[in-house]
Amino acid sequence: MAGITAYGAYLPRMRLQKQVIADANSWFNPGLKGLAKGEKAICNWDEDAITMAVEAYSDCLGRAPGQALGTLILASTSLPFSDRQNSVIVAEALNLETSGLRTMDITSSQRAGTSGLLAALDASVSGKITVLLASEHRQTKCASREEMLYGDGAVAVAVGSENIIAEFVASHSKAVDFVDHFRGEGKDYDYGWEERWIRDEGYMKIIPATVTALLDETGVNASEIAHFILPTDMARVPAMVAKKLGFNTDAIADNLLQSVGSTGTAQALLLLAHRLENASAGDLVLLLGFGQGCDALLFRVTDKIGSTRPSRGVSGYLERRRAEENYNKYQSFNNLLIKEMGKRSEVNKQAYLSAMYRSRSLTNSFIGGKCKSCQTVQIPRHKYCVNPECGAYDTQEDHPMVGAKGTVQTWTADKLTFDYSPPAYFGLVTFAGGGRLMMDMSEVDPGTFDTGAEVSVHFRIRQIDQEAGFRKYFWKAIQV
Amino acid sequence: MASGIRDKVVILGAGCSKFGERWDCEPADLMAEAFEECLTDAGIEKNQIEAAWQSTAIDASSVGPGSMPLSMGLRLPYIPVTRLENYCASGTEAFRAATYAVASGACDIALALGFEKLKDMGYGGLPQRSRGVTNDLYYPNLSAPGMFAQLAAGYQAKYGTDKTDLKRAMAHVSVKSHANGLKNPKAHLQRAITEEQVLRAPMIAEPIGLYDCCGVSDGAACAIVTTPEVAKSLGKDNLISVKALELCTSNGEEGGYEGWDGSHIRTTRIAAKRAYKAAGITNPREQISMTEVHDCFSITEMVTMEDLFLSEDGGGVKDTLDGVFDADGQVPCQIDGGLKCFGHPIGASGLRMLYEMYLQLNGRAGDRQLPDPVFGLTHNLGGFPHQNVVSVAIIGQHGA
Repeated sequence: MAGITAYGAYLPRMRLQKQVIADANSWFNPGLKGLAKGEKAICNWDEDAITMAVEAYSDCLGRAPGQALGTLILASTSLPFSDRQNSVIVAEALNLETSGLRTMDITSSQRAGTSGLLAALDASVSGKITVLLASEHRQTKCASREEMLYGDGAVAVAVGSENIIAEFVASHSKAVDFVDHFRGEGKDYDYGWEERWIRDEGYMKIIPATVTALLDETGVNASEIAHFILPTDMARVPAMVAKKLGFNTDAIADNLLQSVGSTGTAQALLLLAHRLENASAGDLVLLLGFGQGCDALLFRVTDKIGSTRPSRGVSGYLERRRAEENYNKYQSFNNLLIKEMGKRSEVNKQAYLSAMYRSRSLTNSFIGGKCKSCQTVQIPRHKYCVNPECGAYDTQEDHPMVGAKGTVQTWTADKLTFDYSPPAYFGLVTFAGGGRLMMDMSEVDPGTFDTGAEVSVHFRIRQIDQEAGFRKYFWKAIQV
Repeated sequence: MASGIRDKVVILGAGCSKFGERWDCEPADLMAEAFEECLTDAGIEKNQIEAAWQSTAIDASSVGPGSMPLSMGLRLPYIPVTRLENYCASGTEAFRAATYAVASGACDIALALGFEKLKDMGYGGLPQRSRGVTNDLYYPNLSAPGMFAQLAAGYQAKYGTDKTDLKRAMAHVSVKSHANGLKNPKAHLQRAITEEQVLRAPMIAEPIGLYDCCGVSDGAACAIVTTPEVAKSLGKDNLISVKALELCTSNGEEGGYEGWDGSHIRTTRIAAKRAYKAAGITNPREQISMTEVHDCFSITEMVTMEDLFLSEDGGGVKDTLDGVFDADGQVPCQIDGGLKCFGHPIGASGLRMLYEMYLQLNGRAGDRQLPDPVFGLTHNLGGFPHQNVVSVAIIGQHGA
C-alpha cells in the first residue's frame, strides 16, 4: 500500500493587489478590469522555485538535518537552472542525507506536479519515503491575462508505505498533444490560445474522458467524491466539469485564484494540501493534473489524517501575508522593466565554482562547526576554535544550524549599497546555542524590527548574474 | 625584553597634498605634491632616502599592484620600495615600517608615502569591492556606512541612549569637524554646517545620515623619518619623536563568539592600552594634547573617544555635546577637519593625521594652531566594527 504520509506548503508573503495591475494597464487592455479581484502571491526578489521548495519541504517535514529519503523530486516549469539539477540544491539546503538519495527534476508541462506524484507513488515500493516538491515562480508579460491570474508558491507531498494519511487507490492518465499554451526554447513567457477553445476542447473533453475511465476502473460513483481538485486559471471550469461528471458542489476545491493565483505545476498539489487540512477519514479525493493530457489520481483519506499537520500549511500561509500595492516593484523583481540599477550593482558577479563547491556546507546547508574540546559553536567552521580560552586546532565537527533561533545583535538599513529592494538590511545575528554571523536580512518590517528581534534563517537568492544566467544562494535572517 | 620604539625615531619632514576631488591629477601628481613639501621640510636631497614604503588601499581603482607607482612616481634612486595595504590603517602601516627600519638600524633615513585616487569611480562613496572569492559568497552586500551604522545600534542597545541624544551627539561631531576644516586650506570640505543641517540630511544607513559620513577624496601624504642623532646632525633642534606605534587586528572573535556587544571597537581599546603604556601615558584625558581619530562616520569618532579612554564608557554623548573634543575643548579632536572634512584618501589618511600632529607639535598649524601641545595621538580603524585592524600612534616632543 502506498499513499501520502505528510504535506506542506509555502506561499511568498508578498501579495500583489490585482487592482494595481489593472490600474496600470487597463488603458491598453480594458479586459483586465474584469480580473482585478483579490490578490496573488508573488516572490520577493530573493525567492525562486528552489527557495520556495525548501520552505515547502520544511513546512511538511521540518528542518531536522539528516532526513533519509529514497527520492526527492522537484516539479516546476520555472526552474532556475536548465542544466544543474535543481533538486540537488534543494536537498543540500535541507541537509538531507544525500548518500543513497535519488533526485530528479520534472518539468515541461503544467501536469508535471501530478506526474511527479505518480512517479513518487511508484518509487514508494522501495520502502523509503519519497518527497515530491512542486514549486513555481511564474513569469508573465506585462498587461497580460496571465499576469492577472498567475501566482507563485510551492508545495511538498511525502509519499510512503507507512503512516499513510491518504491512501492511493488508483490513477488513470491520458496523453494528448493539446497545446493550450506553450513556452518554446529560449522564451521567457507563455504563448496561449483562445480560452473558449481551451475550455470546450480541452478541459471539457480531455478531463471527462480521463476521469470517467478512472471511475469505471475503480467502480467509484462520482457522487462519492468528497474532494474534486481541478487546477486551472479559468474560474468557472471546475464547476462546469463537476456538473458534467456529477460531482457534488461542495466537493469542488477552491482554486485560490483570488488569494494565491494559478501556481502552475504546484497548483494541483497546493489545492490538495489545502483540502487535506480539513479532510475526514474515508473521504475520497480526486486529484487532476492538466497539460498535454490529464492525470487523474484517486486517494482515500485514512484515519491517520489527524496525526500529521503541516507547520503552517496553506491556511497558515494564506494568513501570513503582506499586501503589496507597488506594481513597479513587482515588475522590477520580475525583470519586466529596463531599469537603471546604478553603478553599485555592477560588481563582479562571477561564480567561482571551485570555491563555491568547497564552501557549500556553509552556503548550501548553513553548517557551522562545533569544537569537540569545548563545545563552542561557530559559523563558518574554522581550523581553530574561536573560544579564546580554547583555541584548539582541528577539533570542529559539522554542526547544522538551520533550525537555530537567532537574535539581532546589531543591524542597519543601508541605502547606499546595491539591493533589489532597498534599503539593504543586514546585521550581526547571535544564535541560541552559540555562533554569530554578520548576515543579510530579508522581508524586514521596519515597524517591528530592531535590536533584539528574534530571527530564523532561510535559504534565499544572494546574487543574480543576469549575463551568465547564474544565481548564488545563501541564508538570510527573517524575523520570526 | 623588547625595548620599544619610544623616542628612537623622529620625523624629519612631512608633507601633504591638497585633498579633494582632484579631477586633474594623476596619483603621481599627488605624490609629488606631498613629497616636494616633505623634502623641503626635511632639508635633504632625494638620494639621501635609503628605503621607502608606499601605502595604497584600493589598487585596482588607482595604480595597480606593486611598489613601482611610488618609485616611478618620485623617480626614487633604485632604493627598496615596498607597497603596504592594511585597509584604512595602511598609511600608518607605511609609517610604522619606515620607523621600524630606522629604529633597527637598517637605514638612517626612510620615507613613508600614502596616497589614493578614489574619484575615478563614477559614483560617490567608496567603491564596491570584493572581500575575497569565498567571503563574497556569504558576506552581506555591505557598504561602509552600513557596517558602522551598526555601531550606533550596538551602542544604543547597551546604554539605552535616547536616539535623539545620540543623533545630536553625532551631529555635533560633524559640526565641530566642519568648523575645524574651515581653517585648513588643504581640506577637501571647507565650509561650516549647522546641527540642523546634519539632522535633516538624507539617511544613508540608519542612523547614519549624509553629514555623518566623511569625504571620499584624492590625496597624498608622507613623512620622512630618521634617528634623533641624524636629525640633530642635519641641524634640526625641535625634534618630534615617535612615542608609540601600536596595531591590533581582529581574529574573528568579536563577530564569531559571545561577549562582544557591538557597542565599541575591541581592537581600539587593546591598541590604545598598549600605546599608552609604550608612551608612558597614565591619564590620557589629561596628558594627550590632541587627537586625530578615524572619523569615517560620526558615530565612529564618538565611540572612539570611549575606546581611547578619553571618555568614560557611556560618557561619549555627554562629553561630545559638552564640547570636550572641540577645538577649544580639553582634548581637541580632528583639529585639521578629520576624515570628515580634510577627506579620506584611504592610503594617505594615517600619514595625513601624523602630518597634522607634526605641524601642531612644531607650532606651524596656522589659524588652527593649538597652544603648546606635547602629545598627539592618531588612530585608524580599517574594516568593520566586528572585524578590523586598528592603529594607534602617539608622537610628541622629543624627550617628553
